[in-house]
Amino acid sequence: MVIVKNLVKKYGSVVASNHLNCRFETGKVTVILGGSGSGKSTLLRQVTGLEKPDSGEVLFDGLDLTRATREQLYEKRKKMGMLFQGAALFNYLTIFENIAFPLREHTQIADNVIKTIVTMKLEMVGLRGTEDLMPSQLSGGMMKRVGLARAIVMDPKIIFYDEPTSGLDPISTGVIDKLIRDLNRKLNITSVVVSHDIESCFRIADRIIILYYGDIIAEGTVEEIRNSTDPRVIQFINGNPEGPIPFTRTDKNYLDEILS
Amino acid sequence: MTEIFNLPAMLGRWTLNRIQIFGRSGIFLCLAIFQGFLRPLRPGRLIKEIEFIGSKSLLIVFVTGLFTGMVLGLQGHHTLTQFGAEALLGSAVALSIIRELGPVLCALMVTGRAGSAMAAEIGIMKITDQFPALEMMAIDPLKYVISPKILAGIISLPLLTAFFNVVGIFGGYLVGVKLLGVNEGAYFGKMVSAVTFTDIFGGVLKSLTFGLVIAWICSFMGYTAQATTEGVSRATTQAVVFSSLAILVMDYILTSLLL
Repeated sequence: MVIVKNLVKKYGSVVASNHLNCRFETGKVTVILGGSGSGKSTLLRQVTGLEKPDSGEVLFDGLDLTRATREQLYEKRKKMGMLFQGAALFNYLTIFENIAFPLREHTQIADNVIKTIVTMKLEMVGLRGTEDLMPSQLSGGMMKRVGLARAIVMDPKIIFYDEPTSGLDPISTGVIDKLIRDLNRKLNITSVVVSHDIESCFRIADRIIILYYGDIIAEGTVEEIRNSTDPRVIQFINGNPEGPIPFTRTDKNYLDEILS
Repeated sequence: MTEIFNLPAMLGRWTLNRIQIFGRSGIFLCLAIFQGFLRPLRPGRLIKEIEFIGSKSLLIVFVTGLFTGMVLGLQGHHTLTQFGAEALLGSAVALSIIRELGPVLCALMVTGRAGSAMAAEIGIMKITDQFPALEMMAIDPLKYVISPKILAGIISLPLLTAFFNVVGIFGGYLVGVKLLGVNEGAYFGKMVSAVTFTDIFGGVLKSLTFGLVIAWICSFMGYTAQATTEGVSRATTQAVVFSSLAILVMDYILTSLLL
């Protein structure tokens, strides 16, 4: 269980997290939805301790990560897995070595056992047989699946996904969605997914949090979000170009600017 | 008009900025070296980096050393014969290589070959999120990626310089003795009597310093590169330019201290 309390983060005058309160419940898939620049990736980076908030708390199994020492943080991180947007595979290591990496660093497991574990994880993501390839030889979707295999190799209790399906074709998206669901259902892994893919979100989410410029504007189950009457939520999930959420960045009148 | 009044402010801001970067790079270096000696030690990583900075630079150092020695042999012979002192060729070649050219040229070549690659590699790791990925696996990226590079720089450069010196002296021998007919015994005899321990110590001290400077500047530039493709290319260029300048400036300072 991760509890976020009163989280504030500002970049200059831009408020990325505006007194956020939310929780990621154990064994549930929570999806953080939001447009570009809504502060969802920033929230994820703060929850994982990659970035320090200006104020507020992130309670991970009772420990406040924002005040934890490096050793405490690293101890907790061994229970976390993370799938980065670009997979973040180590480009100088083979697929096998990439997945075996956390095991080699943190455990004394013998080589033949590591081989078995890696094979099992690769089977889970459907990429057995790619062990000796380099990351650059894989497609984007395959890289993300390898990234996922690496994220789960230490059997984490919680996995964070940063836009797991962005830039993928529909089939790869479906595969990743199914993997997230399966990991959650079969291994009871808590999942936190940052996404702007509405369809994929509705397929996998137990709970949805919608962020809008640093504020949580809606929170609830898939049904609750679908039936929301908040015009901002309706616009977001339907992808309407017109609505209370402006598409343009500036308040200046277009005609005035053109004609001036 | 306002620009003129702003000038002191701009100058001040620029200076403060530089001082800040310098301080940050100092902390970066201290942490990287300190962490390098903490557990878990990763000898495999260190050996890999020594292979990259050291072994893979052998060819380029060999060629540079050989031609430097050959040119010195040619120039030295040309000048020394005017005074009838060509017997001193051996000591002239050896002293200029051991004291100055060996450490400096070797460091410049390593900067071009390994330093640029180091900055680019670190920069690319940064823009592809590999540092946060290491962080998320509870591994300190500074310790894992940077420490071995800096230690490898300090270890490799003196060895490469020693290799450069030997090849350079051999190059001078090829031209001076084999081509221009200087007496072989005089070439090596004068060399042995002219080169003192202080010369060799000075050369080693210089190459140690340069190794540290190259690895420090190049990895810092990569580590602090802006997370964009332009950022990485700028960091790579700056790494090479700053390292090369730092080598030449440090060389002057060290020489003035050693003489």
